[in-house]
Amino acid sequence: MTAAPLLQVENLQMHLHLRRGVVKAVDGVSFHVHEGETLGIVGESGSGKTMTCLSILRLLPIHGDGRLEGSVKLDGDDLLQLTEEEMASRVRGPKVAMISQDPMTSLNPVFTVGDQVSGPFRYHKLVRTVREAMSAATAGLRRVRIPSPERRLKNYPHQFSGGMRQRVVTAMAIACSPRLLIADEPTTALDVTIQVQIMSLLRSIQRDSKLGIILITHDLSIVAGLCHRIAVMYAGRIIETGKVRDIYRNPQHPYTQALLEAIPHLGQKRKRLAAIPGQPPNLMDLPTGCRFAPRCPKRMAVCDDYPPATELGDGHVVNCWLAAKQ
Amino acid sequence: MSVIPASTPVTAAVGITPRPSLFRFRLKGVPWLPLLILLLIIVSAIGGESIPPQDPNGLNLAAAFRPPFWQAGGSYEYLLGTDNLGRDVLSRIIAGARVSAIVALYAIVFSGAIGTMLGIIAGYFGGIVDALIIRIAEIMMAIPSLALALIISASMAPGLSTVVVVIVLTYWTWYCRIIRSEILSLRERDYVSFAKIAGCGPLTIFFRHLLPNIFNTLLILMTLQVGQVILFEASLSFLGLGIQAPDTSWGLMLADARQYITYAWWGITMPGIVIMLTCLSSNLIGDWLRDLLDPKRRQL
Amino acid sequence: MKAVFAKGLLNALVSILGASVIIFVISRLSGDPVALMLPMDAPQSAINALRQELGLDRPIWEQFLLFLWKAVHGDFGQSYRWQMPALALVLERLPATMFLATAAFAFSLALALPLGVLSAVYRGSWVDQIGRVIAMLGQAVPSFWVGLILILVFAVTLQWLPAFGADGVRHVILPAIALGWYPVAAQTRIIRSGMLEVLDSDYIRMGRSVGTPERLLIWKYAFRNALLPLVTIMGVYFASMLSGAFVVETVFAWPGLGRTVVEAVFARDYPVVQAGVLITSILFVLSNLLVDLSYSIIDPRIRP
Repeated sequence: MTAAPLLQVENLQMHLHLRRGVVKAVDGVSFHVHEGETLGIVGESGSGKTMTCLSILRLLPIHGDGRLEGSVKLDGDDLLQLTEEEMASRVRGPKVAMISQDPMTSLNPVFTVGDQVSGPFRYHKLVRTVREAMSAATAGLRRVRIPSPERRLKNYPHQFSGGMRQRVVTAMAIACSPRLLIADEPTTALDVTIQVQIMSLLRSIQRDSKLGIILITHDLSIVAGLCHRIAVMYAGRIIETGKVRDIYRNPQHPYTQALLEAIPHLGQKRKRLAAIPGQPPNLMDLPTGCRFAPRCPKRMAVCDDYPPATELGDGHVVNCWLAAKQ
Repeated sequence: MSVIPASTPVTAAVGITPRPSLFRFRLKGVPWLPLLILLLIIVSAIGGESIPPQDPNGLNLAAAFRPPFWQAGGSYEYLLGTDNLGRDVLSRIIAGARVSAIVALYAIVFSGAIGTMLGIIAGYFGGIVDALIIRIAEIMMAIPSLALALIISASMAPGLSTVVVVIVLTYWTWYCRIIRSEILSLRERDYVSFAKIAGCGPLTIFFRHLLPNIFNTLLILMTLQVGQVILFEASLSFLGLGIQAPDTSWGLMLADARQYITYAWWGITMPGIVIMLTCLSSNLIGDWLRDLLDPKRRQL
Repeated sequence: MKAVFAKGLLNALVSILGASVIIFVISRLSGDPVALMLPMDAPQSAINALRQELGLDRPIWEQFLLFLWKAVHGDFGQSYRWQMPALALVLERLPATMFLATAAFAFSLALALPLGVLSAVYRGSWVDQIGRVIAMLGQAVPSFWVGLILILVFAVTLQWLPAFGADGVRHVILPAIALGWYPVAAQTRIIRSGMLEVLDSDYIRMGRSVGTPERLLIWKYAFRNALLPLVTIMGVYFASMLSGAFVVETVFAWPGLGRTVVEAVFARDYPVVQAGVLITSILFVLSNLLVDLSYSIIDPRIRP
């Protein structure tokens, strides 16, 4: 039996109202994450994976009028029902935190690393004095294995390398021991060797603290080793979700299949990498039926209606008429 | 069947708007009111003596300090009131438009031409020429414009030409710097390199390849300069270093009316409002042109 | 740090030297300054004596070196009107101008900083609209006219504040507003666009995602970044205060450098004009230099 999930997202919508129209960035997304579990959210850029995670934190783009619907239950709270003050004081930091993709731009260039890493401790009243805040920050940097942390506190972000900055960002994010960590392509901007280091760092933090992790990526190849489950997003919706091995061995949705085919394999015979023809739909003007249908090689007449969720067992769910008909 | 329907719209990604051009603009954003105001000023400037309802220099001490028509004691004869010598304020404002227009025209044409030429030369040739021109521009910018005006006025007889000289000396650096950086980026473009390889001389490259490309920038800079020139002329004339009587200008009117501020509020209010409307109009038109022609950068 | 300072200082010196060349050249352009300095009916002997005293009978480059030599030693000649050394007069009037310029600058920042931040944070709200109107109006009115209107409203009609003179803090309010009005527009715009850019940045989102209170996020973390572009041109604005002082001091009869130089122009008091303009230019250059140096203090990235 399994305990209640740490995070339960039901029918989450984030519609961005602009002057030119409504962008349905997230359009009815449901998923859950257990304690100590890693969920990979996979999709092309613009598929709404980042927006989904920002919506969980209720961090909406400053341009336009973003409207949230649905429910996001984290550790007993429905985050969409809280006030902005409650989000800032109780949720962001102690409950959920986030690492974004570009370590070069996620640290404030004109404040010292010590100021920024000690911030969460101060805002959430975990320390009382500046001295305590600084020693907490030192411990934080040590936890992400930054050498000589006391000295580095006085440095500015530009004095750190990319990998080191991502460690600093991670230290900031896990400062208040959140229950859930959202990592938005944390390694895209880094070298491969550094990628491995950051990933193993995240895994060891997860082991120590039963952290739930949502790992956003467009790269299916890094998901395999890190995640327990995968959700594949396309045009603002999850189209297939399940355990990693089910998705890899038995992908049902033509889009998932295409994504998996697009991964280059070592030792594979030289053949052209499969690319998916066409472009993702305009989020302001979505097709009424299956959103992948215009690009789908297995398109049928029935695809003009949105496909129902088909449960294939062991949490493997797919939204495709092909699976529904079998 | 692996058929992708031909009717599938390959829609552009969100956030890409087609780049507007001067000839395809929407009528909606056009600043009609500012254009109308500037047109009125230009008509007043060209119309000269035939437009003012009264003689702008006609003394009539019996009619001194008449308030505007809506106040007690005002009359429709003098819509905006009269000054200390009984001259009609409205007529003098209309006559003053001529000076503002002439100063703006000369100052903008000369500072624009000198600044642009030096900017092109500096940006195109680079090296020592560039360093020299930039250094001279920096030095010119080290002298505050009004201080420059004072020292020139101390050496030359004040008047319209002094005003123009001061403005040209002050503003050419502005054109020079912006055009230079524009040229620096243009110089690296392929078509300029090709033209050089094809053996075009510097003059051909100037006129065929560089000038057309900086035309938009020049248009924006010149429009934005109108307001500044008018403010500058008004300040100089107010100090007594600009336009001299019997000619009239808005700044001079303000200088005259200043002593009577306690009992003729319209004397300092009306010309100031006209200055404000003119500058506001040219700034708004300049902003509009900039958004239209330079939608990406917005840094001019 | 030393290298930055030395380079800046050298640049400043070159600019000041260049400015003095220009001032010299312009003052000789009109021909014989003696004609301007003496009354029309002065006897030929007086003209010759003055020419010799000023060194006008020597070659032009020698005259320039002489001018420079004297200028470096603080000798701009004797003021005809005030009967004292020109430089001493200028320096005596300078503090009043600096006081006025500082007050005006403080006024403009006190208005522009909150307005810029608030109009970025509440885009499209009434604060933003007010900011936009102020920005448009501020750049469309000459500062002396703002001064006249302030006098009309607050001194003549309401009689709250004095219109003329420099006798205490009450006297500086109106001229400081008149002088500080113009840069408010540009400063507000710079802060607003800087804030908009910064508020949309990853690091502000990062800060928000760990629960940084909004107040700190805006006024501490975003603000200092948005301040950078303003600081780079702060010197230009302070310098424009010095320049604008020529007009505003005249409007308010403020006994500073600006009004003195304007009066000297009318009195044909050439030494005072030269000294005043050169001193203003030096201040202009120095304020830019100071800003360059302070810039490296608030932006750690360019600290050596």
